[in-house]
Amino acid sequence: MSETKALESMIGEEYKYGFTTDVEYEDFPKGLNEDIIREISRRKNEPEWMTEFRLKAYRAWTGMEEPDWFNATYKKPDFENIQYYSSPKNKPKKESLDEVDPKIRETYEKLGIPLDEQKMLSGVAVDAVFDSVSIFTTFKEKLADAGVIFCSISEAIQKYPELVKKHLGSVVPARDNFYSALNSAVFSDGSFCYVPKDTICPMELSTYFRINNMDSGQFERTLIVAEDNSQVSYLEGCTAPMYDKNQLHAAVVELVAEENAEIKYSTIQNWYSGDDDGKGGIYNFVTKRGMCRGDHSKISWTQLETGSAVTLKYPSVILKGDHSIGEFYSVAVTGKHQQADTGTKMIHIGKNTKSTIISKGISAGQSNNSYRGEVKISKNAENARNYSQCDSMLIGQTCGAHTFPYIESSNPTAQVEHEATTSRVGEDQIFYMQQRGLSEDDAVSMIVNGFCKEVLKELPMEFAVEANKLLDIKLEGSVG
Amino acid sequence: MRPTNSWISNLKAASVKKNIKYKQNQKGTENVLEIKNLHARVEGEETEILKGVNLTVNKGEVHAIMGPNGSGKSTLSKVVAGHPAYEVTEGEILFQGEDILELDPDERAQLGIFLAFQYPVEVPGVTNSTLLRQSYNAVAEAQGREELDPLQFDDYVRERLDLVKMKPEFLERSVNAGFSGGEKKRNEIFQMAVLKPKLSFLDETDSGLDIDALKIVSEGINHLAGEDNGIVLVTHYQRLLNYIVPDVVHVMMAGRIVKTGDKELALKLEEQGYDWLESEEKVTGEI
Repeated sequence: MSETKALESMIGEEYKYGFTTDVEYEDFPKGLNEDIIREISRRKNEPEWMTEFRLKAYRAWTGMEEPDWFNATYKKPDFENIQYYSSPKNKPKKESLDEVDPKIRETYEKLGIPLDEQKMLSGVAVDAVFDSVSIFTTFKEKLADAGVIFCSISEAIQKYPELVKKHLGSVVPARDNFYSALNSAVFSDGSFCYVPKDTICPMELSTYFRINNMDSGQFERTLIVAEDNSQVSYLEGCTAPMYDKNQLHAAVVELVAEENAEIKYSTIQNWYSGDDDGKGGIYNFVTKRGMCRGDHSKISWTQLETGSAVTLKYPSVILKGDHSIGEFYSVAVTGKHQQADTGTKMIHIGKNTKSTIISKGISAGQSNNSYRGEVKISKNAENARNYSQCDSMLIGQTCGAHTFPYIESSNPTAQVEHEATTSRVGEDQIFYMQQRGLSEDDAVSMIVNGFCKEVLKELPMEFAVEANKLLDIKLEGSVG
Repeated sequence: MRPTNSWISNLKAASVKKNIKYKQNQKGTENVLEIKNLHARVEGEETEILKGVNLTVNKGEVHAIMGPNGSGKSTLSKVVAGHPAYEVTEGEILFQGEDILELDPDERAQLGIFLAFQYPVEVPGVTNSTLLRQSYNAVAEAQGREELDPLQFDDYVRERLDLVKMKPEFLERSVNAGFSGGEKKRNEIFQMAVLKPKLSFLDETDSGLDIDALKIVSEGINHLAGEDNGIVLVTHYQRLLNYIVPDVVHVMMAGRIVKTGDKELALKLEEQGYDWLESEEKVTGEI
């Protein structure tokens, strides 16, 4: 009974800031205070230093104001009404896929997601024998042979406390911002990846993630460390739409690249974006930052953002090492009533550092899509270079596109270039392609794919096809 | 298929073809396009641009529609192709005997209607080959022909490139993006060559072409003019008609076709302009 209720509140018409209130499976009190933090840490069996880390973060958070400088309007979450800890066994499970919103299932079909995976994604109980278990084991062995550590952050805190202690919060300090402080205080789980010196990670850390990391919860914490001369490529998220009973998602991702190391972090984000009237949907407030700590290191963010009701997200790179490189490739698609305020920060500290920003914003429906970026050249960053290109594309008459570029240069040798364009998918463009036999949807899809090409080619090969399909589904019927 | 090298040979070919057509006519010609009393205006506006156009194009024919600026020539092309900005208020458009007024532009294209645009549209990031293969396959699928995979299509498309003397590199460039005016026009004829439409409207294809490009484009069009398709050239200038000899020449003024004749009519227009027609039109108008 409780499960059905929870489900109703999740997908039903009345879904509204729908943190479930059903007491039957609530074994943890709502709201936030020091006792709650201690209790989270205790239940996770964490060492004392971790408890202290959380408490310090919590204390910082209580003194902070919720930011409101975004180009987005939404009802603020009620932080006292959130349950900050729930063990996986208490997650509501559905009996079968029939209980899942038909629209979501349609999308699964179009994306060609295997049945078992569909079940996992939508929280349906899966049979005990599951293909992925063996896949998972194979992956683990292969990674272990290479010396790569890849596990949940909870496991890492237990097994590799020194590594976690050294790096956690080193790129995104708890008090960095309101949401990072909250995350640091209450984070549930997430991923930890450590690539030792002179090691090239033998596989894309993606498929693994897709089957393993569905339950990491709303305050997800990810830490990736690449030691000298190492390389790793990581893909987060998946193309299938994901429901979650929690509306607020405040994740923190930290990347550390030592000398000559390279980290490529790709995201495909397709959280539930609310219904046709703009009801429901996830708030995706994420702090992502990479530190090019060593000379000649490189961090590259690639993101395809299509989901969530509200997205506030600025994956950034601190270019500390000399000759380090930061890249940001982004496609943000908004439709219906979605709002996205996303972009990046490139902070040049080292000499001869270089950053590239390519941002493509596509707005349709009644949505609002903003690019916000900052390029900062510090005093000692001799010969720093940045190239930024921010293109916006509008589909229809009722959407908005905005660009907010901030450039701050304190070194006269810096070279900073910024280009921005805004275009509209015009009636004439669509007519032209229709005249060549393409349907309206195919025409729009082709125009948009052409527009995003520079970014999509940065995605790992195996996901590029899915990314294209996702774009098509997202844009279906967006004209007229 | 007609010889294409000179005006003279074109003339000869045209007359040969006409004889064939004459025979067909006796058997009852298949027309590819029949427009009856077509009235159209820009959606939401009062004033009609097309005020009762009548036009029949038979298979194997090349027509030219001439006329001064603002006479409705380009509008006619767009309305036949189904441009959503225009609204048909009266009349009929029959393609191979079927009413197409309710069809979307893509459905009309799939039937075999092609419009070479006066101002071809740029589509950055989409290569010519990508667009063309999808176009080709959409049309092939609708007409029950076999679709081509990328390799098959590549072979086919390279062979078609020769018709407009374009290099294979051209296939990997974005559709019309950064093209010169002449390249855009050639690209339109290239697309026509790939899609092999049954009815083509070529809207001011000659404008903006230098003499060499005009020759190449004309040769391409002559090559594509066959026994089972119809071509309508919309143009200001008789110049194009030195290279492509039309079977029928129409003059369009103020939203109607006011005069129809053979190629001599085009030459007369070149010499005398449109004024003499205007007075003639007034006379007939009064009757």
